[in-house]
Amino acid sequence: MGHEETVYEALDHAHGGEGHWAFGTGFDDPLAGVDTTVPDGVDPADLGEYCLMLGDDALVLAQRLTQWITAAPELEEEVAIANVALDLLGQARLLLARAGSVGVLGRSREKATESIPDEDALAYFRDADEFRSTALVAAPNGDFAQTIVRLLVASTVRLAVFARLRESRDPVLAAIAAKGVNELTYHRDHAARWLLRLGDGTDESHRRAQAGADAIWRLLDDLFVPTDVERRLTEAGVAVDPAGTRDEVRSVLVQVLERATLRVPGWPAEAPPRGRLGQHGPELAELLGVLQGLARQHPAATW
Amino acid sequence: MSAPPLDRPTVADEQALQDLFDATIAADHRIEPRDWMPEGYRKTLVRQIAQHAHSEIIGMQPEGDWLLAAPSLRRKAILLAKVQDEAGHGMYLYSAAETLGADRADLTDKLIEGRQKYSSIFNYPTLTYADVGVIGWLVDGAAICNQVPLCRSSYGPYARAMIRICKEESFHQRQGYELLLTMMRGTPEQRAMVQDAVDRWWWPSLMMFGPPDDDSPNSAQSMAWGIKRHSNDELRQRYVDMSVPQAEVLGVTLPDPDLSYDAETGHYRFGAIDWDEFKRVISGNGPANAERIARRRAARDDNAWVTEAATAYATKHGRAAA
Amino acid sequence: MTTTDVTAEGGHGAVPTGPEVPVEPKPALSRRDWPLYECFVRGKRGLNHVHVGSLHAPDDEMAVHAARDLFTRRNEGVSIWVVKAADITASSPDEKDPMFAPSGDKVYRHPTFYEIPENVPHM
Repeated sequence: MGHEETVYEALDHAHGGEGHWAFGTGFDDPLAGVDTTVPDGVDPADLGEYCLMLGDDALVLAQRLTQWITAAPELEEEVAIANVALDLLGQARLLLARAGSVGVLGRSREKATESIPDEDALAYFRDADEFRSTALVAAPNGDFAQTIVRLLVASTVRLAVFARLRESRDPVLAAIAAKGVNELTYHRDHAARWLLRLGDGTDESHRRAQAGADAIWRLLDDLFVPTDVERRLTEAGVAVDPAGTRDEVRSVLVQVLERATLRVPGWPAEAPPRGRLGQHGPELAELLGVLQGLARQHPAATW
Repeated sequence: MSAPPLDRPTVADEQALQDLFDATIAADHRIEPRDWMPEGYRKTLVRQIAQHAHSEIIGMQPEGDWLLAAPSLRRKAILLAKVQDEAGHGMYLYSAAETLGADRADLTDKLIEGRQKYSSIFNYPTLTYADVGVIGWLVDGAAICNQVPLCRSSYGPYARAMIRICKEESFHQRQGYELLLTMMRGTPEQRAMVQDAVDRWWWPSLMMFGPPDDDSPNSAQSMAWGIKRHSNDELRQRYVDMSVPQAEVLGVTLPDPDLSYDAETGHYRFGAIDWDEFKRVISGNGPANAERIARRRAARDDNAWVTEAATAYATKHGRAAA
Repeated sequence: MTTTDVTAEGGHGAVPTGPEVPVEPKPALSRRDWPLYECFVRGKRGLNHVHVGSLHAPDDEMAVHAARDLFTRRNEGVSIWVVKAADITASSPDEKDPMFAPSGDKVYRHPTFYEIPENVPHM
């Protein structure tokens, strides 16, 4: 072995003696120092429910994007998609933990043992009818074009909400939103860059991008109609009324599609909320089956 | 790096170049991409770096199979970051190979056609979530043993890629070991899962160091070129010596009745490795070989239209590639 | 081994690397991949941009974003340059491109995030 006492020492040599094995752990907890008390006049049940809406959207979309890992076009895109999924997973964890902290756990605690943290009880031990995500994020990926259109729409919608949520009277939501805005801006721009290239690329990519847009546009119907919870919380200065984001979202999407030489599909007629009230198609149950299966086989386990 | 015909070195020049190359190696300095190098050195490096890159990319799959089902959100984030790292490592390595005149798309084709190989370790399936932990602890641990000396590879771009990879692999090994520690403190089923995974991965991880030294015909040349720094058996022994105490802390039994400490040498003795299995797995008969390659092929073929679309867009908008 | 040489070099272990393994690329005409870009990252204010590696991208804009995704996964770097490899004019040999400076983001990426008891050796 000669002069190397351990294999790790060779690394130090190789790195000119600096050899920082461990990176700094200067990770900022976005909620560190944030006041977590529920603002006056706000029903904790409403607040928790709202956190589930935003958290479930992020969790479900992260799961969909993760399905691309080891299957993406080019390694560069593999890395980019993983970054987006990691950001969304991070947002989901904060929001689900916040829901749990104000006591909104649904029926999850009937199945999850005490050792399981709130975020995991909520993610793994709620059934589909307790999820508050929209059909937009639950829809299957389709091809890369449809995945990109969905990411563009979902991140544009979420960015419009988060940008306003930075002013929320709930300091926790405001902090989560402030962190999320940068991430979501990046996600939206990534999707927009790709859509330009697919829409204005080859005949095949144009055709696929148009088909993706047509398929995803239908899912816009219930995104901008507030639930009663959102209405009450908006009045209390805590939540964002999705109706107030519609024009902005529409204008962004139209701009991107036009630059991508795509036909803007007709805006669907507004429909009352479905996913936000726990009404889902079979694709969410299927997604949750995979996500939750192992955790549910071992409800007393710690990981 | 091909020079125009008029500049082609004469025999005398070539000897001078060879002397310069030899002196650079002898001084333990790095060879850089535009330096003259013997053709055998270049080809050996391309093979070595390409198979390493392929191993990183194929290595995403065994753990990637658990990404969607990871049993906690924290574990899901950790695993996703790890699998993403592996994509990044593959990219660093393909880049290093490209400095030697190779071409990433072409190397990928050679992988998919089965003309270049990847590490046989990734042809074993991941049967339970404990496998994720054991891959981190044992497989990445073995990889670190192999890779740390490569941070001093005589070829500069490879050495630099390895430095960055080794730093990131340290996170991989620690997350694996920490998962196993957590599981060993969990339910009896979890402890059984960990032991089962250790039983299945221990011997394949020893095989990762390659055949015994007296059965490695090209090693001497690679050593002389400074692209191999320690013999297979040396590294294997080092790995066993590191892993046995770690297994004790973890509370698992390594599946080798012959494993014992030799106070005289200060090393652990271990049992005979089944090289027949190794040969079977390496020649493509591992349990998951066809599946691993099929997924790479699908990623390439099903998405070829995406790559073409971006190229077409760049051409149209005057940002075309050279 | 019989017909082929096998080496443990190259990280994840033993694979065939004997002379029968082809290394030469196909002619450029049949290549369909995106051009190669060299990437440079300024690790923090006050430092030069440093060459960190390369990647493939269809154009400059995609290249700079892919570089951000790949080379700043741990928040290293505050500024990124990319340039097509083909556009670089180089002097003769003796290259020095200090690559891969260390750097820090998602806490689970850092080895010290994992609590390993002090009595575990070599970890």
